[in-house]
This record gives sequence, structure tokens and C-alpha cells, in this order.
Amino acid sequence: MTYDSLRQAADSWGLLYMLIIFLGVVAYTFRPGGRKSADDAATIPLKED
Amino acid sequence: MSKAIELSLATFAALLALFMAAGAEDAVYEFHAYLFFIVAVLTAFWLIGRETATDDLDSYMDGPVRLGVLATVFWGVVGFLVGVVAAAQLAWPDLNIEPWFNFGRIRPLHTSAVVFAFGGNALLCTSFYVVQRTCRARLFGGDLAWFVFWGYQTFIVLAATGYLLGNSQSKEYAEPEWYIDLWLTIVWVAYLLVFLGTILKRKEPHIYVANWFYLSFIVTVAMLHVVNALAIPVSLTGSKSYSLFSGVQDALTQWWYGHNAVGFFLTAGFLGMMYYFVPKQAERPVYSYRLSIVHFWSLIFLYIWAGPHHLHYTALPDWAQTLGMVFSVMLWMPSWGGMINGLMTLSGAWDKIRTDPIIRMMVMALAFYGMSTFEGPMMSIKSVNALSHYTDWTIGHVHSGALGWVGMISFGAVYFLVPRLYGRPRLYSLRMVNWHFWLATLGIAVYAGVMWVSGIMQGLMWREYDPEGFLVYSFAETVDAMHPFYVARMLAGLLYLSGGLVMVYNVAMTVLGRERAEQPIAAVSTQPA
Repeated sequence: MTYDSLRQAADSWGLLYMLIIFLGVVAYTFRPGGRKSADDAATIPLKED
Repeated sequence: MSKAIELSLATFAALLALFMAAGAEDAVYEFHAYLFFIVAVLTAFWLIGRETATDDLDSYMDGPVRLGVLATVFWGVVGFLVGVVAAAQLAWPDLNIEPWFNFGRIRPLHTSAVVFAFGGNALLCTSFYVVQRTCRARLFGGDLAWFVFWGYQTFIVLAATGYLLGNSQSKEYAEPEWYIDLWLTIVWVAYLLVFLGTILKRKEPHIYVANWFYLSFIVTVAMLHVVNALAIPVSLTGSKSYSLFSGVQDALTQWWYGHNAVGFFLTAGFLGMMYYFVPKQAERPVYSYRLSIVHFWSLIFLYIWAGPHHLHYTALPDWAQTLGMVFSVMLWMPSWGGMINGLMTLSGAWDKIRTDPIIRMMVMALAFYGMSTFEGPMMSIKSVNALSHYTDWTIGHVHSGALGWVGMISFGAVYFLVPRLYGRPRLYSLRMVNWHFWLATLGIAVYAGVMWVSGIMQGLMWREYDPEGFLVYSFAETVDAMHPFYVARMLAGLLYLSGGLVMVYNVAMTVLGRERAEQPIAAVSTQPA
């Protein structure tokens, strides 16, 4: 494993991998019905002490 | 873990410390070995003398949190005081008292005291408090949480005494020598186990967003600390070590560490605090939970690349500098998304800013979060950096983030926690919180303002050429010009410190169960104007 091979992996497949995960997270957050579960989660700290 | 195992571990640590002390090759190492021996022996005696746990194992484990809040307050005031001393030394160099209290030793003492002792304890105790409440589960690991708390205090004392005695690895914000680094690694892994274990045994199906921020802080700091501290000790019985990296690789590793210490220690961790305590104090859910998720993922995806902006115009390859700059500028978006999310949590309850000084503190924290996360990306732009780098402007920027964002949100959390943890109906005095708020705010405003003026002046003087192409000012002339600003900066620090002392009094009185007779703040006028 050389610097160049590592560098190439990082700015091609590595970059794509990160981008897909990020877009996946955002898409999942804004999925249909996501608002309901998000609103439920937001009340967690307020439920009890 | 059973008492027998805990006791044998403490005994083993004590014996190891004795061996280290016996073979010590330098005075600092020997001193630290004896210090560690005392801690281990005290732990052993505590384990022997302790009565069988009377704690209700179904309830939350708040012992370490209770002490952690006090440790936060204590180390905070110590750190602010050392900061004022450092500021006075810059204004009046005669105050450098050799060898222990030289600026070179006082400065890491100040930064570590405020970042790791004050900030670290605030993060430790709030994360233990928040993860239990939002997971509805007792802390995982039993006594492990106590080990994390006392182990971390031991780390702080080892690091602080090491600085004063002249030990340093010469890495900014990572000055402790190799054996202290190893100790911190052990403590930190235990911290991760406690936190992760609590999340795993949660009764609440969803992992609340504050825990995501706290977890990213713990995991990333573990990674940063281990990689940046990679070093070969000269011998196992001496304190000196040499870093595994050299040259520009060393610089990049250092600033990958340094900037992400800002990003994950001073930002992500405290955002975890914000996402729990602002909704709690405002008594309403966070403005947009989905925005908080996008805030989290975009923040951690971007922050990790921003470090190279500390190395503009150096031997670092140009593409890496540009990469650091671009990611820093992009960071502006998630930062402001988070700030807006925190501020808008108050929508429909804006009157609380007038009536509740704790909310006021949190709002000021968010305002400073917004300001410093706007200033930071701007300063990372190469052409701006050409003026700002190495000047006091950077110091001003750091302090608007540290005093404004980190300090204020921590004070808010402390004031929220103390009455609840000690079973008091209310704080000793809300009006004193208000005093603290104004002393601190005034201190930050003067500090940041003075450092802008002095920093930009300094930068302009450094780059001033005459028509023949010669530099107009010598370096000593720029230092001379900064003297009045250094004095003003010290006064600003004094204001902030005195706010901290007001907090000490207020917290102590609350713990003692006193209540100050005073007019409630909300009583001024509840009629709409």
C-alpha cells in the first residue's frame, strides 16, 4: 500500500462511499412519515426527569 | 466488577507506581509516579472502607454527575484565573516568575485548564446526566463511571503539574508527556464503554440526538488523541519522548488533531449539551428534530477535513491548504443550521429571555456559536488568513467561541443541574445568575473587540512596506503598540473571572440549601406592552 494507491482510493471510492452515506442519511430523515417519528423523538427529553 | 477485582487492580496500580518511582530517571517522572501511587492507595482504601452499595440500582447513577458539576465550577475558575495571569504576563513581562510560572508554562496550563478540565468535566457530567435521562437507563458498568471521573481528575493534575515542572510534548493542546497520554487513553476507553453501554441497554427505542453528538465527541477524541500522541519514549522510566511524526506530516497531524479538538470537543460535545438543556430549560421540544439530524451528520462529515486551514502558506501542499479552506467555508452552513435550530426552540416563548437568566445565558451561547462559526470560516479563507494568521485576531476568535459558546452553555447547564442534583427547590439566587450573565457578556465583548483591533493592527503593521520595499516596522515596534490592548484584555478576563466567582458563591449556597430572599425577576411586569 503506497501513498498514491491510498490517495487514489480516498478520492474516488472513498469519496463516493462517504457521499452515498451522507445522502442516504438525509434521504432517510426526510422520508415520507419521517416528520411524525422526528416529532416523537423531539419530546424524549421532556417526558420525565 | 467485584470488589476483589477492583481492589487487586488498585493494588497493582500502586505497585506499578512504586516501581516507576524507584527507577525514575528524572524528577518530574518521579513526582508523578508518587502522585499516582497516592491516588492508587487512596482508591484501595476507599474500596476497602466502603459499605456495600445501598444505591437503588433501578435509579439513575448521579454520584459522578453531582461531583462533576462541582469539578466543572472549580476548574473553570482556576482556568479563568490562570488566563488572567497569562494576560498580565503579556502586558507586563516582569510577571514571568522563573522557572515555574513562565508564560511558556502558564499558557498550556491555562488552555488545558479551560478546555480539558473545565470543558471536559462539563462534558463528562452532562453526558452522564443526559444519556441516562434520554435512554431511561442507569449508567452502564457500575463503578466504571467513578473510575472515569476520578481517573480524569488524576489526568488533569498530572498534566497541570507536569507543565509547571517543565514537561511538554510541544504539541498545542496535547502537551502532556507519553505516560499521561497512556493514562488518558485508558480513562477515555472506560468513558466510551460507560456511554456506549448505557445506550445499548436503553429502554427508549430512539437514540436522542444529544447522545449522537456526545458519542461522536467521545469516539473522535479517542481517535485524535491516540494518533496525535503517537510517540516513542526515550525510556520507560523517564518522561521524555519523541513524536512518531516529523516535519510537515507532524504539523498536519497536529492540526488535524488541534482543529478537531475544537470541532468535536468544543463543538460537537457542547452541541449535545445544547440539544438537551435548551429544550429542558425552555420546556419545549427542539424547533426541528430533522434539522438537528442533518446538523449532526453534515457537521461531522465536514469538520474532520478543516484542520489544514491552520497551515496556510506553509510547507503543506497547496491542494491540502485549499481543501482545508473549502471544508471550513462549507462548515458555516451546518453551524448556522444548528444555531437557528437552538434559537428557534424558543419561538413562542421569547419572553423567557427577559424573565429567565438561564435561558438568556443559553441564547447568548448560541449567539456566540453563530458569531464564531461565521468568523472562523471567514478567517480560513487564504487571503483573509494572510492578514489574520499569527495575530491576536486568532486569539480573539478562539475566545469568542470558548468564553461565549462553550462557557455560556456550560454555565447554563450548571445552573440547570445544581438544584436538581442536590434536591433543592431552586437556585440560591436567580439575580446572581443575571449578574454572572452580564459580567461574562461584558468580558467577552471587551475581549473580542480589543483583540480585533490589536490583531488587525498587528497584521497591518507586519505587512507595511515603504516605497523602496523595506518593512516599515520592526517586530518590537508591533509588540510595543499592542501594550494598551493587552492591558484591556486582562481587564476583560478579570470581568469574566469575577462572573465565575459569582457562580461559585451561588452554586455553593445552593448546595448548602440556602435560598436568597429576593424579588423574582418575572415580577417586573407580566403585562404585554
